[in-house]
Amino acid sequence: MLKINDLKVNYGGIKAVKGISLEVAEGSIVTLIGANGAGKSTTLRTISGLIRPASGQVEFMGENITGLDPSSIVSRGITLVPEGRRIFPDMTVLENLKIGAYLRHDDLNEDIEWVYDLFPRLKERHWQLGGTLSGGEQQMLAVGRALMSRPRLMMMDEPSLGLAPLVVKDIFSIIREINKKGVTILLIEQNANMALQTADWAYVMETGTITMHGSGAELLADERVKEAYLGKRTTQAQPQQ
Amino acid sequence: MEQFIETLTSFFSTNLPYILAGISVGGQYALIAIGYTMVYGILRLINFAHGDIFMAAGLILIYAAASMPLYLAIPLMIVVTVLIGFLVERVAYKPLRSAPRMSIMISAIGVSYLIQNLALYVTGGLTKVYPAIPWISDSVTIGSATTKMVTLVTPVLTIVLVIALVLLIRYTKIGMAMRAVSRDFETSQLMGIKIDRVISATFIIGTFLAAIGSLLFFTNYTGVTPTIGAMPGLKAFVAAVFGGIGSIPGAVIGAFIIGICENIIKGLGWTTFSDAFTFALLIVILIVKPSGLFGEKNTDKV
Repeated sequence: MLKINDLKVNYGGIKAVKGISLEVAEGSIVTLIGANGAGKSTTLRTISGLIRPASGQVEFMGENITGLDPSSIVSRGITLVPEGRRIFPDMTVLENLKIGAYLRHDDLNEDIEWVYDLFPRLKERHWQLGGTLSGGEQQMLAVGRALMSRPRLMMMDEPSLGLAPLVVKDIFSIIREINKKGVTILLIEQNANMALQTADWAYVMETGTITMHGSGAELLADERVKEAYLGKRTTQAQPQQ
Repeated sequence: MEQFIETLTSFFSTNLPYILAGISVGGQYALIAIGYTMVYGILRLINFAHGDIFMAAGLILIYAAASMPLYLAIPLMIVVTVLIGFLVERVAYKPLRSAPRMSIMISAIGVSYLIQNLALYVTGGLTKVYPAIPWISDSVTIGSATTKMVTLVTPVLTIVLVIALVLLIRYTKIGMAMRAVSRDFETSQLMGIKIDRVISATFIIGTFLAAIGSLLFFTNYTGVTPTIGAMPGLKAFVAAVFGGIGSIPGAVIGAFIIGICENIIKGLGWTTFSDAFTFALLIVILIVKPSGLFGEKNTDKV
């Protein structure tokens, strides 16, 4: 569905992404894990058209979409749930959902009902200003807003950031539910444990390059991943006293 | 008590002409102030060229009215003014979208002088006589005051336009996009909003209102000079700051307050100080409440 070929992105004079290639199969959940500054967010922002790549190709459903502007990307069915949620704080919950469907001209009621089914809290609070919601509710709203564009591919940038563990669990179970409805998911996470458990396929990114890939279960079991991202040290890696 | 009411009544009856003039001038400032406040809301830019576009609107009507009837000249003036506002944004501000804010500010000052000097070139520095517009230039007597019809038309028209604008921003798709873009460029783009179009729409609305404002404003004046836009422009800017820059109702209320105060001061015989009052007000506001009457609330995350 989505194919990235030797993508290079410079960001503020820094080579943030140094030639990565990855593939997202239709209907799957793919995750990109890695430390801060590995270039994960830059990759997603490039796919969504916010940044232009220095070279390389982004292909979606067989079409080259490299360097298109964000609104053309959204209209092709790719949406990004940005890092830090970025809901519109002085719009109501309902307005936030409606603006997610900005490019659509058809009836929104069915989609709004679907989002309310996924997140009953949003229905209760539909008249409240987005800024008055809690962090978890704002994340729900950001996901709901993204779904309103009827995406085929939903990209999520650190959906668990700053949320309580219980809320994180909820968010991930909803990600699976959305995926079951046919939305392909590309997920960035620092919470590698949760992400790898959820994902069908995973890539590990380090300082602008992809260093490992495999199924979620494979990487969960991989010693190097355990050591670097899951906080479990192997005996060999323990510092010598 | 009785004496107090009597003093108050006599104050109003002697000052009625000034209060009426104040409401009228306030409405004209309001129409200009909205342009400042909307552009600031979306671009965080003080569009210094706005007062000069207002002046240009006056000149355009003078030249248009010289060669065609007013019912054609007025719509033409509005269209050309809006076009100037649109082009100024596209040529002078859009290329600087990602530049530091100071650069775009300096570009705005440059455009302001460019328009003034073009006007100087076109007019040869002479005061051009503004055409008398039928009906709104007619005289009318209210109580003790005789004034032009425009004095009564201005506040009504201003309020109608402001209500229309507020409804547009609150309930239409482009209004929703404007609110989104004024908050967060990047997230708006992720929603599929084309921010350049939204910014253009903002300039178009702002200059449209300034064009209407110029029609009402210059009817009270004998003529238009290349620098005449500076003073009403500055006062409308003060009104926008007073009301809380970025807020449309704030700009309108600020403009009416400034217009009325100025004219009452004139009525009291202190005409010399009427401009000084406005700018003193600016200083006081910036010290006491820099966010203005209805300044942007920050409802960031909880």
